[in-house]
Parts: sequence; C-alpha cells; structure tokens
Amino acid sequence: MRYIPHTKRDVERMLEAVGADSVDKLFDSIPERFQLQRDLALPSPLDEEALIRHFNQLADGNCSSAKCGASFLGAGAYWHHIPAAVGQMLLRGEFFTAYTPYQPEASQGTLQAIFEYQSMIAALIGCEVVNASMYDGATAAAEALLMALRAQRKRKRILLGRAVHPEHRAVCQTYLSETPAALESIPFTTAGLTDLDALAQALDETVAAVLIQQPNALGNIEDLETIGRLVHEAGALLVVSVLEPVSLGLLEAPGKLGADVVTGEGMGLGSGLNFGGPGLGLFGTQQKFAWQMPGRLVGQTTDEQERTGYVLTMATREQHIRRARATSNICTNEGLCALAAAIHLSLLGKTGFAELARTNAANARELCRRLDELPGVQRKFSAPFFNEFVVQIEGDVPQKLHQMAQSGIIGGLALEKFYPELSNCLLLCATEMNTLDQVERLVAALES
Amino acid sequence: MNIPGELKYSKEHEWVRVDGTIITLGITDYAQEELGDIVNVELPDEGDEVHREESFGAVESVKASSEFFSPVTGKVTEVNEPLLDAPETLNEDPYDEGWMIKVELSKPAELDDLMDADAYQTYIQEESK
Amino acid sequence: MEANPSVSSGRSGLTHAEPLIIERSAPGRCGHSLPASFGHPETASADIPSACLRSQPAALPEVDEMTVVRHFTRLSAWNHSIDSGMYPLGSCTMKYNPRINEALARLPSFSDLHPYLPASHCQGALQLMWELAQYLAEIAGFAEVTLAPAAGAHGEWTGMKMIRAYHRAQGNPRRRVLVPDTAHGTNPASSKLCGYNVVEIKSGPEGILQPEAVAQVMDDSVAAIMITNPNTLGLFESGIGDIADIVHAQGGLVYCDGANLNSMMGVARPGDMDIDVLQFNLHKTFATPHGGGGPGSGPVGVCAKLVPFLPIPRVAKKEGQYLLEEDHPQSIGRVKSFYGNFAVMLRAYAYIREMGGGGLKQASQMAVLAANYLRAKLEGHYHLPYPSRSLHEVIFSDQNLAETKVSTLDIAKRLLDHGFHPPTIYFPLVVHGALMIEPTETENIETLDEFAAALLAIEQEAQHNPDQVRAAPQRTVVGRLDEVKAAREPVLRWPTKD
Repeated sequence: MRYIPHTKRDVERMLEAVGADSVDKLFDSIPERFQLQRDLALPSPLDEEALIRHFNQLADGNCSSAKCGASFLGAGAYWHHIPAAVGQMLLRGEFFTAYTPYQPEASQGTLQAIFEYQSMIAALIGCEVVNASMYDGATAAAEALLMALRAQRKRKRILLGRAVHPEHRAVCQTYLSETPAALESIPFTTAGLTDLDALAQALDETVAAVLIQQPNALGNIEDLETIGRLVHEAGALLVVSVLEPVSLGLLEAPGKLGADVVTGEGMGLGSGLNFGGPGLGLFGTQQKFAWQMPGRLVGQTTDEQERTGYVLTMATREQHIRRARATSNICTNEGLCALAAAIHLSLLGKTGFAELARTNAANARELCRRLDELPGVQRKFSAPFFNEFVVQIEGDVPQKLHQMAQSGIIGGLALEKFYPELSNCLLLCATEMNTLDQVERLVAALES
Repeated sequence: MNIPGELKYSKEHEWVRVDGTIITLGITDYAQEELGDIVNVELPDEGDEVHREESFGAVESVKASSEFFSPVTGKVTEVNEPLLDAPETLNEDPYDEGWMIKVELSKPAELDDLMDADAYQTYIQEESK
Repeated sequence: MEANPSVSSGRSGLTHAEPLIIERSAPGRCGHSLPASFGHPETASADIPSACLRSQPAALPEVDEMTVVRHFTRLSAWNHSIDSGMYPLGSCTMKYNPRINEALARLPSFSDLHPYLPASHCQGALQLMWELAQYLAEIAGFAEVTLAPAAGAHGEWTGMKMIRAYHRAQGNPRRRVLVPDTAHGTNPASSKLCGYNVVEIKSGPEGILQPEAVAQVMDDSVAAIMITNPNTLGLFESGIGDIADIVHAQGGLVYCDGANLNSMMGVARPGDMDIDVLQFNLHKTFATPHGGGGPGSGPVGVCAKLVPFLPIPRVAKKEGQYLLEEDHPQSIGRVKSFYGNFAVMLRAYAYIREMGGGGLKQASQMAVLAANYLRAKLEGHYHLPYPSRSLHEVIFSDQNLAETKVSTLDIAKRLLDHGFHPPTIYFPLVVHGALMIEPTETENIETLDEFAAALLAIEQEAQHNPDQVRAAPQRTVVGRLDEVKAAREPVLRWPTKD
C-alpha cells in the first residue's frame, strides 16, 4: 500500500518498543463484542491506472459545461474561466496540505493570504470586516440572520425576500427553526423585484433583519438604496446576499448602499462549479458587529522584533473557547477556496474584474435580445438584470429542455420547481464562457 | 493587590459600590490579574434585568472567555459604554474607570451576603492556596 | 538519533520578504487575458440605474501574472504543511493527501459540472455520491448516510437536528444534551444551535466516561448524549455499550463524533456499538486535503429509525438510474446549497477505492501502532496523565517540567525550530498543559524517531537551558506574535484609500 510506509520489519520493531506481541493486541481496549469479525464489504483495491480508468468511466456519465457544447445554466452556480495560474498555485502542497493556522509562526503563508482575501472582499462588498469561514452562500446568509438576532436581541421577526434563491431560503429555514425567530416571506412584483410596499408594511420594531439578494434569484437588480432606507427606518438590519460575485465588478458594493451584513456565494471566484461544492461563503459586516461575527478572522500584528505578521484573532467568539456560548459552531476556515479567490482577484485586478463583469452583462444582453426577437419567447420581467434573466416560452417547457439537452444544449433552468407560478419560464445565464455560436444554436433550437 | 476598603465583594471576584438602592458593579484587581490582558467586554443593555447568580456579561482575554454572574437582582440603569471600546481599562483601573454597570436593586437584602474588604482578602488568600 | 535544529528536517531554502500584494500594485498592470464579449460592451450597463452601478472600481491590486505567481509562491514557503514535514495535530488526522486524488478532482467532467444539470447528464457524479454513501455506511455500520454537510461541525449540527426532529415526531423534542468534558468545542456549540441546553459530564479518573455518571443525569428530558469514540484522550470509551443502554432506556439517542474514526476502520464499527448517529470527517479519515482549514466534508450516518429525517436532497438509485429525491416530508430540510462538497467527496471516494477494505484496516492499525510507538519512546520523559491503552493518539502534559517554567506552549514553539509542526496543545481541557499527538499511519518509522528525538531534546533543553525553549521559535519567518495587540486594535484588512 503506497500510502503506508511500514514494512514487516518496521512493524516488528515498533511492536517490540511498545511491548505488544501483535497489532491486534493494541485494540484490546475495544470490547470483543464490538470488534468486527469479518472484512469490510468494499470493492477490491484499484491501482492508479485502474482508478483513472474507473474515473473516466464515471466521467462518461457526466456532461460538463464544456463537454455539452452550450450551457446557459446559472441560478446560483456560474460558469467562469479560472486562469491556469490559479489552478497551478492551488496545487502547492504548502497551501493545500496545511491545516487551520493554529501556530501562526508556521502558517504565515495561509494567514497573509487570508488577510489579503479579507481585504479584497471588503473592497468588493463595501464592508469593514470580512471572514473566510463560511461553507457557502446559503449557510453564510443563515449565519448572518443568526448574528442579526444576537445583535437585536429583542426583535424576533426575520423577513426573507421571495426573490432570494429558494435553496438559500430553505437553508435559512433549517438553521433558524430552533430559534424563537419567525421567518416571513416578502413577495416580488411583476417586474421581478422585491415588493417594496409589502416590505414597508411588514417592517416594524419587531423585525430583526431583512434578507435580500443582489442580483436576485430571477437575475434582477434590486434597488438596495431604497430597501436599506426602509429597513433602517424600522431599526432592523439589512442582510444582502450576493448570488453572483462577478456582478460586483459592475454593481455598487452592497455595504455602501446600506447593507449591515453582506454575504454571498464566492464559488465563481476561482473555485469552479464542482457539481455545486465546495462553495465559498462570503461574509462581511461593519466594525461595530465584529465581536458578533461567526468564524475565523485574521488580523495583522507584530512580533517581538516589530516584524509584521498575521494571527487568528478575536477568537473568544468561537466554539473552541466559548463552547456552547460561541457565536457559531463553525470550525472551518474555508482556506483553500479563499486562497483561490485571492489569487483569482489578484490576477484579474482592478480593471480586469470590472471588464469581466461588463463582458458578462453584455453577453447576457445579446442573448436576451436575440431570444426576445423569437416568436413565442418573451422576457418575463422588465427590471434590469446582470448576467441572467427569465423568459417565458410557449409549449411544454420540460419537454423542450429535454429535447435541447439531447443535442447538447442546456437551455437554462425551468423555474416551475422553485416558483410554481412561473411554470412556463426559463432562467438563462450567459457569462464570458459562452460564445455567439452557442447563442445561435440555442436560438435555432428554440425556434424549431 | 488593591482591595479598597469602602467596597463590598462577591465570591465571583466582583466589587459592588452601594449608593442607596443603586449599586455600581465591576471586577476586582485580583480578577483582572488572573484574566490577563483583557481584549473584549460584553455587557447587558440599559434596561435589562439582571438576576443573582445569572450571567450578566463576559470578559475576554486572548484565549479565554469568562462569564460573570451577578451578585444581585435588579434592573440595569447605566452601562459603562466607553469600556466596550477600551477593554484594557479593566486591567488598568478596575475600580474606577473600569466600572461595568449600575443596577437598581430589587432585593437589597442580597447585599448582606457580600464580603467586606478584609473578608475578601482572606477569601482570595484561601482560594489561591 | 541526534536531534539538533541545524540538521533536523524542514530548515532550508531562502526565505524572502514579501509585502502585501496591494503593495506590488501599479496602475495599468494586469494579470489576465479575457475573451472579448460578443454583446456590445456599451450595452452592458445602459439600462441599469446609475445608483446601482459602482461609483468606482473595487480597489483590487493591479499586478502582472508573474508577480501574482511569485507572491503566492513566496507566501506558500512560509507555511508548514504535511508535504513539508510531520504535522502531528491530535484529533486532526493529518495524513498524506494522495496526488492521484488531486488529478482526478481536476478532470473537467467533474470540476466543470453544473449542479442543476438534468440527472441524465450527471449520472457519473450521482453514481459516485451514491456509492460513497454506501461505502461510508459499511465502514461505520449505519443504515444510510447523507453527504450534504460541508464540514465536521456542520455534520454534528445536521445529526443533532435529526435527533431533534426524531424526538419531535415522538411528541417531545426534549431539552438537554449530555456532553463529556473531553469533547470538542463544536459539540456543545452544535447542540446549542439545535436549541438544546448542554449538560457537561465529567469523565472518570481513567479518562473515560463512567456509565454511572451518565445514569445519574439521564432522564426523559435528555435528547441525546454526544460522545467521541475513541475520545480526545485517544482512549476507547469501553463503557459505550452500557452507556448506550442507559440512554436508550430513557428514550434518548446516542450521537458519536466521528473525528477519531481513523483508529477503527475495519476493526470496529460505531453502528455496531448501538450508536445512532455519527459524522465522518472526510478531511481527516479519508485523506482529503485540509486546505489551510477547509473545505472539509462531514457526511452523517444514521440508524434505520432516523432515516426519514435525513436532509434533502437524497441520492437514490432506481432501475439502474441515479437521481436526487426531495420528497421526504419528515426531512429536516436543506442544510446547504446543492448537494454538499462534491469535490471533497470525490477525493474520499478515490481514496477508498484505492485502499479497499483491507487497506483501510491496515491504515487504522498502523495509525494506532505509530501512536503507541511514540508513546513508548516519550513515556518517562513527558508526563502521561492517562496511562490506559492509547489508540490513534497519545496525550502528554508539561507537568514534569513545572520546575523549569517551560510550558506546553514553549515546547510547541521549540518544535517549530526542530522542523516539526507541534501537536494540538491545551486540548482536551481536562489535561492541564496537554500535548495531543496523532502521528497517523503515513509517517515512516525514521520520521517518528526524529520527532521523538526532537521532543526528547527539548525536554533536555528545558532542564538545562530553559530560556532557549522559552525564546522559541527562532527559525521561523516571524517570532511569537503579539496577539493582545491584534485583538485590542484589530487590523483586519489593508489600508484603503476611499
């Protein structure tokens, strides 16, 4: 077994040092009735070559975004190019085989990279304090609501925009179900935006927080400034979840428009799709809430010789110190994904990231324009969008999607599952990865 | 070890200054020294109720979080807000600038269970043995 | 073997000073090449209200590609990692991360796979998930496994949510959860997040939980006991059978933190010990990279009566086809977007397929042998608070060095000078000044000898030259850092101009 170095001779030497006559003897603290009296029923071991062959067989059953020819799926997982340099750097064992930086003197690489990640995300989302600890966008939003309940102890209602991704709302529901908080839904208008009248009506001094997504799950751009004003007038906190991080190259930082907490899904920043995971939960807030935050934080400091260095800080918030009183049970530091984001954002840089966002918006508009021209296809909402949007089509949507999929065109997501009233609607996304040729193939398929 | 004579003390290493039915509450010099460099303080809000032997806040060093349990029952009338931004005050001046909260007592008799300075001095000597 | 910092492993190479990447930034530089848009660039934002548009681009660095590569390469050199040397963090199972798994995870057919593809277009991924769940169920002896949780603590929380849902379905969610004093901090925190009050139970004089201590607090208000087996002292909770009986007799359930499963694969199965729920840590037991703290993956195995409460979606196999099912009315619901940390599952799957059942058993056996070997070498030089049989890890303390004023922290820092990552320190809390050593099965005997020699040398240094130990580390890129300053005057991002 190539991962286990111990030869028969080594085992004998070690047993001798231990004073045991067999390896089995070492397990004598496990009562015999609990010891497994048979071999594990697992497939026989595979050598490296056989393992590769097996994975290639599994891969044949998958139709990745590149392989299927034309994919217009987004809906919370966006296909973006990851520069080769990101992938190469992530393969450095010094990064990916290290653990949480508990010993700062031996972990300055991870710590400084996370500090840089915190700084870059802070600039993107407009927050003063950012962590690198959340599993994904949905759980980050749930943690933000829990934090809001801690910060607003006397308020017990949470308002969730119905235009927030349904899986995110479901995760929030699961996370908050054992708290006294009541979750209420705020509908969206026929324009595909959060209904501000309904929001204003629901807001009062009992509301702890409001969760809004930007862009929302229908692809549309919310009026965060107005929402922020309404929420703050009621003394509640505004949590804004960023569903597509590339939008931050074009859209104003939510923290500058009144968001008290900004969360989001950072998978699009260098991590890739990976069938939906791992994600990278973005989480930022303002300084006054820093001690209420969940997760690990990296801070700058100095050593005895005044050399700059980085440490995990404000750790008394966390489970390993506060145990049941911790701000969260989270132990993860989403290190490798945060590192990927830091490298990715460094490569794209100030101008590249803005240009990438414009390319996404421009491509999506071209796709939208061409679809809108088709008979029987119509844009569903009038609100401005970023890189995805909803169209209504005639006929049997699932059948249509199925037909297209047979010819390698993944024509977006049927929304009926998430929004029953949108039964004949598709959510389509275009990024920098799509080509005009793909758009033409989609148009042709929808025409037929 | 500084143990001012005019204050009362709890076994949780808190001091109490009595002024009619209002008391001022903080942690002792001994407590701050045991805790080390204090980096964060959590206090209740004005208007909150505190209950005897229930947690009213926490004082944190870099690697420990210590809950403090109230020696009295009552309503918080004032909170030392500047302390939240300057927790090191607890190390530097625990009896004066480092006061934590003022409480309007609902059970003044609870004060009878507190120690005077001499008794507290003996208590910490016993405890550190 | 002689252990001297100047000849120990891991102390070579140039160490470069490297500033923050923003300090390398110069206007006009860039490290990307983007495809041109096929849509008209000027249309990109024309219809978006100006209040919604960025007033200025985010202040990201402006650097060329090589500067980025060099910057992060230099940072990487400041890390200790498994690849650089032994990393014996107790309860973290820092074993070798196989390279083939990295190659497989990067196959575009997996890495570019969108989670919302129709099932017909992702059969390979679903098959992998379905089979991995089967393998984990077999390894630990459970009826079913969910792969959704993203980390160990997330798995704990998912497991406790299911326990609560189960009790609620019986008519009463109950109020309390019993947690031994040796538990990881995540256990009480996860219980609390599920609405439970935590009752701490003291472990007995031999470092394991005594059934009588459980019986004393067990009643019908207790939803579950959360036990770690083997526990964080590296000891098998041999009373587990009686404890499970006591808890079950009152209608409670038994949760097992699977952090230490690396000691038992193929030897014993938690599910056979009347344990009802367990979370796996794929990043520990199944060799997936720790990644500087994440991403992990925390699948949860459950006994038959908890199956209805598993999170959605569930991967199922029907008529030879794999699919995702959501129609489970008693489910606790969704715990994460999509289906869990697929790329981590993939690596664990590859590991299990390469090892086979026999290989996994050998891994556990050698992990336990290595821990006992280190124990034999160090016993008598460091204080061993619990002399019972160690499994995968052994806990020492600094008690024998009290007179030298050298503490566990000093020993840990001095180990860095010897080229080793220190063990987990000051945990579990029941041991004052704990040093918790878990070598894993992947370190060879020569490395184990070097590590033991380093600790023995430090013990000698502590006796004869304690100042040197207290001044450590000397050979790292920075010395001991001012953590009080970091917390009192937090600097959590680089200075901004806006």
